[in-house]
Amino acid sequence: MDDKIKNEFGVFAERPQVEKKFYGAKYIFGGLIIFLILVFLPLAPNLGKTIPAPERKLDTPVIQKLAAKDRKCVMPTEWMRANHMQMLVDWRDNVVRSDEKGAPNIREFVTPDGRKFLASLTNTCLDCHSNKAQFCDQCHNYVAVVPNCFGCHLQEGKKLAEVK
Amino acid sequence: MGMDRREFIRISGLAALLGLGGKGAFELLRPGQVEAALQTEPGALTAKRWAMVVNMKKLDEATAEKCIAACNRVHNIPNFNEPIDPKFKLDPDVTKRDEIKWIWTEHYHNAFVEDQTNLPEKVKHMAFLLLCNHCDNPPCVRVCPTKATFRRDDGIVNMDMHRCIGCRFCMAGCPFGARSFNWRDPRPYVKDTFPGYPTREAGVVEKCTFCAERLAQGLMPACVEASGGAMVFGDLNQENSPVREILQKYYSIRRKVHLGTNPQVYYIV
Repeated sequence: MDDKIKNEFGVFAERPQVEKKFYGAKYIFGGLIIFLILVFLPLAPNLGKTIPAPERKLDTPVIQKLAAKDRKCVMPTEWMRANHMQMLVDWRDNVVRSDEKGAPNIREFVTPDGRKFLASLTNTCLDCHSNKAQFCDQCHNYVAVVPNCFGCHLQEGKKLAEVK
Repeated sequence: MGMDRREFIRISGLAALLGLGGKGAFELLRPGQVEAALQTEPGALTAKRWAMVVNMKKLDEATAEKCIAACNRVHNIPNFNEPIDPKFKLDPDVTKRDEIKWIWTEHYHNAFVEDQTNLPEKVKHMAFLLLCNHCDNPPCVRVCPTKATFRRDDGIVNMDMHRCIGCRFCMAGCPFGARSFNWRDPRPYVKDTFPGYPTREAGVVEKCTFCAERLAQGLMPACVEASGGAMVFGDLNQENSPVREILQKYYSIRRKVHLGTNPQVYYIV
C-alpha cells in the first residue's frame, strides 16, 4: 500500500495525464460575444444620450385661480418631490387604520404652518393637480415606478357628501 | 436603619393612596390632556358600539331596493349585468356567481337558518335586508393573515383594501356570506362613478363598512338615509339612543346567534 503513495495526492497521483486542451473555443467565445451583443443591443440607441427629466406643468385651472400667496402645496415642493409617497401612506393609515392610534378616523391633515386639508388623494391632491397624466404619470414613467394608486382611487373627486 | 411595623404600614398606606389617586391628580392639574390628543375631527359621528336595526314592519320591497341602490351608488359597487361597454358583457351565470354585494335581500329561510318556531308565519315569508353584521367576535378578523380586516373600537369591522391579498379566508370564515371577492376589475361595470369613494381592484375582498367614511363626515350610513326610517343606526352603548329605544320597544331577532359571533344587526319582526 505504502509504495503506491507517491506524494500528498495519494493513489490518484498516478492517473494518466490528459492533455489540457480547450475544445470548441471559437464556438464558445463566438457564442458569448453574440449573447453580449444581443443583451446590450436595446441599450445602444440611447448610448451617450442624456434623457432630460420631464417638465412638470403646474398650471392647472385650479392652481391658476389661486392667489399667488396660496399657490403652495401642503408641504414645500422639494420635500414633496422626495417624500410624497410616504405622506400618502401616512394619510392612508390615518384615514383607514387610525383606530390603532385611538381615534376612529383622522381625515384632517394639518401642515406645519397650520393650514388644514382633507387627507385624500382624489379630493385634495388631484383637485389642484388635475393633470394626472402630466403631474403623476410622466415622472413615474421616467423613473420606472408603477404605483397602483389609481387602480382604485378615482381621478376626479369632490361631491364627497352626496347622498344618492 | 430599622423600620418598625407601624412605620412600614404608614409608608405603604401613603404609597397606595398616591397610586390610587394618581390619575385623579393628573386630571385635576391638567384636565382633558390625556383624551385631547386622541380626538377625532369635529363633526364626525362617534360611538362606543355602533349597531343597526332593520325594522321589518316598515321595510317593504321598494324601500329595500332604494337602500340597496343608495349603497351601491356611494360605494361604486359594480353591476355585472350592466357593463358600460357591451364588449364587457358577461355570462348570466358568471354575473350571479361573482356578484359584489354589500347589502342585499334574502328570503327568511336563507337568512335565518335555525328554525325559530316562535315567530309568526307571516315573518317566514319575508325578504330580509342583509348586510355585514359587524360581529363583536368576528371570525373574518381572526382568520385574516394580513390584518386587512380589523375590528375598530367602536365595533365597526372595517376593511383596509390596501392590505388585502385576496386569500379569501375571510369569505370562508364569515357565516353570513357578507363578503364578496373581486374576480375582475369592477370599473367597467360601474355606470356612474361616485367620486367620494374609491372603486376596488381585481383581487380584493370587500363588504359593508357601516359607511365608516360617511360617519367620519357626520353622515348616517347611505342605506339608513335612503330607508326613510325603516333602518335605524346608532350607539348601542348609549342610553336613549334610537337603536336602544327601538330595541327596548319591540321584539327583535339576529342572524345565527348560536354561532357566538354576536352579530350587531337586529331585525324587528
